[in-house]
Amino acid sequence: MPTTQENWNPGKAANRHPEVSYEEKERLFFEVKNDPRYEDFLYGCYECGICVSTCPSARFYDYSPRVIAQAMAREDVERIYDIIAEDIWNCAQCFSCLRCPRGNNPGGLVTLLREVAVKNGLQETKDVLQGYSRVIYKVMLKGNQVSPDMLQPDFFPDWGPWVGQFSANMPVWRKAIPVDTLRGVTDAAWKTNRKTLLELYTIWFETGNMDIIKEIDEGLYDLLADVMQEELEEG
Amino acid sequence: MTTTVEEILERKSHAVVRDAQTAPTHDIREALFELEAKGEIIVQRMPENHVEVTTKYGRTKKIPIDHTWHHKSCGQCGHIPGYTSSIFWLHRQFGLDYLDPTDQTSCTGWNYYASATSNAAAQAAVMVRNFAAAYETGYFPMIHCGTSYGHYKEIREQLVHHKELRDEVRRILDKLGKPLVLPEEIVHYSEWVHVMRKKFAERQTVDMSKITATVHPACHYYKIVAEDAIYDPDIYGGQRTATVTATLEALGINVADYSTWFDCCGFGFRHVLVQRDFTRSFSVLRKIETMKNEVNPDLTVTHDTGCVTTLDKSQFAAKAHDRKVGIPVLSDAQVAALAMGAHPFRVVQFHWHSTDWRPFLEKLGIDWQKYWEEFQGDLELIRSGQKSGITWEDADKPVVSTQVHT
Repeated sequence: MPTTQENWNPGKAANRHPEVSYEEKERLFFEVKNDPRYEDFLYGCYECGICVSTCPSARFYDYSPRVIAQAMAREDVERIYDIIAEDIWNCAQCFSCLRCPRGNNPGGLVTLLREVAVKNGLQETKDVLQGYSRVIYKVMLKGNQVSPDMLQPDFFPDWGPWVGQFSANMPVWRKAIPVDTLRGVTDAAWKTNRKTLLELYTIWFETGNMDIIKEIDEGLYDLLADVMQEELEEG
Repeated sequence: MTTTVEEILERKSHAVVRDAQTAPTHDIREALFELEAKGEIIVQRMPENHVEVTTKYGRTKKIPIDHTWHHKSCGQCGHIPGYTSSIFWLHRQFGLDYLDPTDQTSCTGWNYYASATSNAAAQAAVMVRNFAAAYETGYFPMIHCGTSYGHYKEIREQLVHHKELRDEVRRILDKLGKPLVLPEEIVHYSEWVHVMRKKFAERQTVDMSKITATVHPACHYYKIVAEDAIYDPDIYGGQRTATVTATLEALGINVADYSTWFDCCGFGFRHVLVQRDFTRSFSVLRKIETMKNEVNPDLTVTHDTGCVTTLDKSQFAAKAHDRKVGIPVLSDAQVAALAMGAHPFRVVQFHWHSTDWRPFLEKLGIDWQKYWEEFQGDLELIRSGQKSGITWEDADKPVVSTQVHT
């Protein structure tokens, strides 16, 4: 939405989510604060703005790593909830903000806020990640984030006619790669041993990662759990 | 005491040479060896054949030359395979011993930074499972992806500082029957390229002296756990990482500076897949168009998966808005392989890149159509079933040669 005189609100008044109780917001804040990594990521804030000047997302969104560090340092529970619901998914996770002279890691704080948002199945988070399920499916099942068969013209129209050309030639182009672990593989980035994948599935279950998926997308969880459990049972 | 502007400018006019004794951060490697002495972890030692380099705060880092276990990148192998094949091709040219394992998963960091649908224990367990797999072979890990490299360094810090995380990861590794191993150094492939650059130049067959290139340094290489990146007083006065720039200079390329060198590429992890308006805008407006306006390079070179993809693929849509685009994008490994005569399609795999690379090859004096026709012949043989695929036997031999600079 373009900024106009009517909607311009530089102060971003807090408590934009009165439908959520203060106690619930506080509970989420303490979940972030109690993460063992929290103390490694926040030491205070000089308000110098170096993190904002280097932040790519601050140039294109109503987003500020400084505001996040400030709100966390002040333990401003209302503002932190607004950040969880509205801001965290704008971060590009480049970690340019690590230039902070105070030693803060605003990108790391965003990671913790995101983890809590996902773990608690916030609706705003479910909405943001809706189009992303197939990527999660791929990485958890194949052990690779991306694969050649993801390059489809309807998914990447803005990458130009190259995608269509690639898509039409994919099987033969993949055979024309000299690297043994890549040659001919189209549904993953490289060939992975079955034993390796079983070890990966064990990690997802043992670390509670599967419970996280269940909270954010039950359908995706069912799909993943069915395949993984069957594979693990076969051994 | 106040510092005058003149004093600051005077100080900045000298190359930075830092003393490791005054480094503002702890040396993580000492902590690793302390944990090993307590019997908590195993530290995998660096192979005998290695080179020492200087990092940001003046410490020494060891870079292995061979006997390396290649932790491949899912983005490179999936969408830019010439990146991976160039890294291996360079090893093969020098007869260096390496392992391309199938007992490897991605770090899954791309997904973690994109969706946070994981947690610290899972991310650490994925990392140490891969490191244990390397240790079992006796080969030393070399990380291809900038994000894996940065992510792993961050996890290493977490494992060192949080005993409860180590205990949880050890419990999971016990179930897998694997030890908790961390390598003595976490090494990025571009650091290997960096230490090999003069050897590449000695065997260069393509003159690159007419080429002007810009460098895009990968954020996750030099911003996450910043003290681990290579710095050199002879490159940017020791004030920026030397990786990539030193390699291009060794190959005779004119490296041109531009005002948004420190900016990220706009990849954004989730953004590049499902919110590309941000990625395209940032990549074009802050990087490509700035390079074009300020130095108009023939090429831009980087050293990470996401950066190559973002900078290359974002340029097409920008043409519809009459933006100044049209800079081909390659990794340092691809440039080095091309300089040493690698086949542009069998090895460097230019056909996976979107932004027009033909003017760059023409400026180098390379008859790309001749090599494209050869490659088309390969594809025909594959299509007709006469050949199962291209192998190293087809690709190992350097085939491109132009006049080499002196």
